[in-house]
Amino acid sequence: MADGPLLEVQDLRLAYRTSRGLVQAVDGVGFDLRRNEALVALGESGCGKSSLAKALLRVLPRNVERVSGQVRLDGEDLLALPKERLRAEVRWVRIALVMQASMNALNPVVRVGEQVAEPLRTHRGWSRVHAMEQAAKTFELVGVATDFLQRYPFELSGGMRQRVVLAMALVTEPEVVILDEPTSALDVLTQAGIMNVLKRIKTELGTSFLLITHDVATSSEIADRVALMYAGQLVELSSAAEFFSVPAHPYARMLMASVPRLREGERPQHIPGQPPSLLTPPSGCRFAARCPERFERCAEDPPAFALSERRRVRCWLYEREGEA
Amino acid sequence: MTQAVANVQSNDPLLAVEGLRTWFELRQWGFLRVGWVRAVDGVSFELVRGEAVAFVGESGCGKSSLARTLLALHRPTAGSVVFEGRDMGALEKASLKDYRARVGYVQQDPYGALPPFMNVRRLLAEPLIVHGVTDPAERERRIRAVLEEVRLTPPEELLYKFPHMLSGGQQQRIVIARALILAPHMVIADEPVSMLDASVRVEILSLLRRIQQERELTLAFITHDLATVRHFAERIFVMYAGRIVEQARVDDLLDQPQHPYTQALLTAIADPDADNARRARQVPGGEPPSLLNPPAGCRFHPRCPRVMPGRCDVDEPPLFEPRPGQRSACWLHA
Repeated sequence: MADGPLLEVQDLRLAYRTSRGLVQAVDGVGFDLRRNEALVALGESGCGKSSLAKALLRVLPRNVERVSGQVRLDGEDLLALPKERLRAEVRWVRIALVMQASMNALNPVVRVGEQVAEPLRTHRGWSRVHAMEQAAKTFELVGVATDFLQRYPFELSGGMRQRVVLAMALVTEPEVVILDEPTSALDVLTQAGIMNVLKRIKTELGTSFLLITHDVATSSEIADRVALMYAGQLVELSSAAEFFSVPAHPYARMLMASVPRLREGERPQHIPGQPPSLLTPPSGCRFAARCPERFERCAEDPPAFALSERRRVRCWLYEREGEA
Repeated sequence: MTQAVANVQSNDPLLAVEGLRTWFELRQWGFLRVGWVRAVDGVSFELVRGEAVAFVGESGCGKSSLARTLLALHRPTAGSVVFEGRDMGALEKASLKDYRARVGYVQQDPYGALPPFMNVRRLLAEPLIVHGVTDPAERERRIRAVLEEVRLTPPEELLYKFPHMLSGGQQQRIVIARALILAPHMVIADEPVSMLDASVRVEILSLLRRIQQERELTLAFITHDLATVRHFAERIFVMYAGRIVEQARVDDLLDQPQHPYTQALLTAIADPDADNARRARQVPGGEPPSLLNPPAGCRFHPRCPRVMPGRCDVDEPPLFEPRPGQRSACWLHA
């Protein structure tokens, strides 16, 4: 199996039209994802992380002004691919997307087994019986008893519905699964159960994950690498080991200090101020207004400095250490 | 501050709840009684003056129904709620109004809690008018004082703004100011920060905690987020399926959790650490039971890893005290 990146994103930009002007929700984001790797896109609400997920598969709302950049899957640019080919060869076949709150978007009048089998019938042309067999296998994989295949969504609890949605994404055995806030509406025990399922799938099937979340603790449950986003930009890309023990960007450090911890007596510290408006973003570093370490240089927009082969930080503090 | 004169002895509990049940009738077609949803089912505890506590549990465990019962928004089905020596169930309409003035309420969704057509000044004047503060100058003075207290300064800048012109954090500060303006002796905060951005949560909780200490209020947080609230409360009550399964001081609960449900809850909560990705968490499967038809005996027994058949599924465990000041409703301590 090739060791090169499976998915490569370069200079991805996405802007929305609004009544008050253009909102640059994703602004020059770039990263790569290898096989069997889990990358977490972490950020507060409004940082552009969900728009990023949608842009990758071009599942875009109508008010999108433009998308630019490159999203290469095994070298082929998905943004340049004709729509029919994207639908027939990529979506749900090689990359599956589980959108936020999709557990509430199951069809209420169709048995969940049929809904899970549907991608196989539409994308692969499998027979109903064959597809249902595969759906049953996937149910076992995500920890749902196979007699649930015959149930309707309203008969299942939230945690079970989330597992069904996961099964739906996994049934075609895609290489990449993108999950947008898969556990945010769930209880603590259910949440831990879902994360256990994701870990198992990663080991057993070798799937690559892109997990989008605002929750630092949850992100550490699966992350091999972390991409921290702030105001539409990627400000730090690090391995999980680096990010959770020695975060580099000042925002990353403050974010880690703001996380409430169960096993430490220290009270979390909040980050003063608010993220800038994406309608009129500041010209220099976007975090400068809230940053305790800002200096003259921060009036200019910092490039991403490479601290190591796969670690990048968008902050002037690292100008000497890293290469732009 | 102005009216916080203790009229009972300070070693008496401020609030004593005994055998409280809040059940909701479930009907079909509007008249056929199908059963009862036992949202709060046999809860007893005491709160003393000036302490901060938290009721922690998953959604559907009855913690919000408990809060609303304590606020006299639901009538208890059985049991008693004694606040400052008086039984809430026996209160007349007029004294119920007085009771509500002494118990403040901070809602979960600040935007939903603030009528959109009222400006800040009107929002804060409303409770004063309802509770008979007739002097406009006095109202104005108290509105400004409470705005200063929740750090919305200078008050002039905010008085004439409407809720939609404020950020989520500012809205929640207004909700807190409104809860405080009648100088309550107790404040109940139901998920006060779950609708807010992560970066302002700590700020709001710190504010509540500081005001609680300055005013010597009793503050009860209702929350699902144990990792956060443990920094802002002194005692924790863990709820499961309509009951309190464990109560203890924060450090005791975290160091030596006694009830198997508390133990499972603590195991399930992650602190950020790159090693988390390499191990599965040992959490019990299954889901919390239906409150319409809860299991016999201990309500956690169908999921409990240490269940003792013949006991846990038959008899309801009472609250044992396995360690001083720490109570747990589990037959393991018998």
